[in-house]
Amino acid sequence: MSKYLEMIRIRFLMMLAYRTNYYTGILIYSINIGAYYFLWTAIYGEKENIQGLSAGQMVTYVAISWMARAFYFNNIDREIAMEIKEGKVAVELIRPYHYLGMKTMQALGEGIFRLFFFSLPGMVIVHFIFPLKLPADLHAWSFFAVAILFSFIINTEINLLTGILAFFFYNNDGLMRAKRVIVDLFSGLLLPISFYPIWAQEIMKYLPFQGISYIPSMIFTEGFPGTDIYHAILFQAFWALLLVVPIQILWVLAKRQMIIQGG
Amino acid sequence: MKVIEVENLRKEFKSYSSRSGLKGAFRDLLTRNYKIIPAVDGVSFTVRQGEMVGYIGENGAGKSTTIKMLTGILTPTSGKVIVNGMNPHKEREKFVRTIGVVFGQRSQLWWDIAVQESFRLLKKVYKVSDQDYNEHMDHVIQTLDIEPLLDKPVRKLSLGQRMRCELAAALIHNPPLLFLDEPTIGLDVLVKLKIREFLKEINEKYKTTILLTTHDLSDIEALCERVIMLDEGKIIYDGSLEHLRSEWGRGKQIAFQFASYVEEPLLKQLTSDLKVQWTKGDKSNIWIAQITNHEHMSEVINRVINAYEIVDLAIKEISTEEIIRNIYEKGDARAAVDLKDEKVMANV
Repeated sequence: MSKYLEMIRIRFLMMLAYRTNYYTGILIYSINIGAYYFLWTAIYGEKENIQGLSAGQMVTYVAISWMARAFYFNNIDREIAMEIKEGKVAVELIRPYHYLGMKTMQALGEGIFRLFFFSLPGMVIVHFIFPLKLPADLHAWSFFAVAILFSFIINTEINLLTGILAFFFYNNDGLMRAKRVIVDLFSGLLLPISFYPIWAQEIMKYLPFQGISYIPSMIFTEGFPGTDIYHAILFQAFWALLLVVPIQILWVLAKRQMIIQGG
Repeated sequence: MKVIEVENLRKEFKSYSSRSGLKGAFRDLLTRNYKIIPAVDGVSFTVRQGEMVGYIGENGAGKSTTIKMLTGILTPTSGKVIVNGMNPHKEREKFVRTIGVVFGQRSQLWWDIAVQESFRLLKKVYKVSDQDYNEHMDHVIQTLDIEPLLDKPVRKLSLGQRMRCELAAALIHNPPLLFLDEPTIGLDVLVKLKIREFLKEINEKYKTTILLTTHDLSDIEALCERVIMLDEGKIIYDGSLEHLRSEWGRGKQIAFQFASYVEEPLLKQLTSDLKVQWTKGDKSNIWIAQITNHEHMSEVINRVINAYEIVDLAIKEISTEEIIRNIYEKGDARAAVDLKDEKVMANV
């Protein structure tokens, strides 16, 4: 276990080695939150609430979903694809650890770094600028903590899947870009799921994406009535477990037909 | 004790070929032509503990592919591989604890962080105790002279500096078996010498088995008693370097520099009753006599000196490099296989 913890530490160091990325990240996220804030206030106008969400909840939803994104978002699909393309995966395979496990830990290291040095200070600043409605009771906070952990797991699993596909396609840039758009759209980051037409909502019930952003953000804004919150967490747990299956299958297949590129 | 046991090892790759033209490109979208190419084609050998073996061959002969199968990175198409008593790709995580690998062409240190951070991570990964680490690595760090490099990020190191750090990183868990895939590629003479000295030392001290691929035959000459030569995925020679030299580098070369222009037929005529081959040297008026029979040495020199005026004369051994070049270039591979059979017979 200690090797995985060490990997998280290394990732911290690497994040610190690239300070510019860190600063531009803060800038991009503030622009996004600001843009969506003004967009939604314009849409709400005089209206008290839309689809059961009040204007205040909506602003909180936007802020929290971007801040949560800083935690669950990572580029390990890109990293895996690059390591495969450049043949670096050979070096990873002579190490006594599980390659995908190690990648997940690197992603976690990155996520924790951004949570503490990015999301938390970001939330404090945003709190002063926009009228956020923070959950009052500890209950919602702890559910939210569980929910963003699952967001991280589901999102990372999807990244692992797209990353491993590079073993088969050798160049899956297009696929990764498509995945990114799909995740941002269907996860409820850009638009809460309850705003979609009914038929689209029906389809999305059978997809894992809303477990990434919609569920934790709704928990944080206290938008789930009654026991829906338990269903939501169960939904996430179900997908977190289910996605392990295709990853494992693809990984076994990938190892069997691996070619190390570039000698 | 056998460290590596390989029997009839084979690895095939699919090689896609693109059709020509725009029409061909569209057709490639639907179906693609491919050929199955064996990169490693029925290779068998064993390596005992403490041996240093040079694994040589031209580019694309299948050296790296073999190493990748021996280290558990690639799954063989068929054949048996047992390394350190394990099947490398089946028990990968347990197996890789017992080996060290250096790929000369790619770094295994983390690019953006200090060398010592990489070492620290590897120490955790291989579960090396503080005591073992200090005892073993202090020595390694000292011998390779990398102490002043430890706090620098890898991207700021020169190639020679990086390579020494790579070697140290591969030895953190003091593995009994070390694979070196072109470890001295692009290094200057001093670093090369240092690395060779170091490899010899750990081989003596810990009985570390070393399998080395390289294009620099001076590495092999300095380190390995045994060479395995590969051509188009097949072993064409497996035996001592000494034997290879005595069998193929038999005889000497005499380079004559003549004072004036000399025609080849005349030289040939002069020594027609002796076993001599004449080849043109790389400068004008230089002719090289290849003599397989030592007894003819003085006779050849005698006749040439008496017949022509010469400016310079040099006698040299045929270098390993030349021997190997001959084997590959002149299609002597076939002969080399015969040689190998001969050797097997002798072993029986």
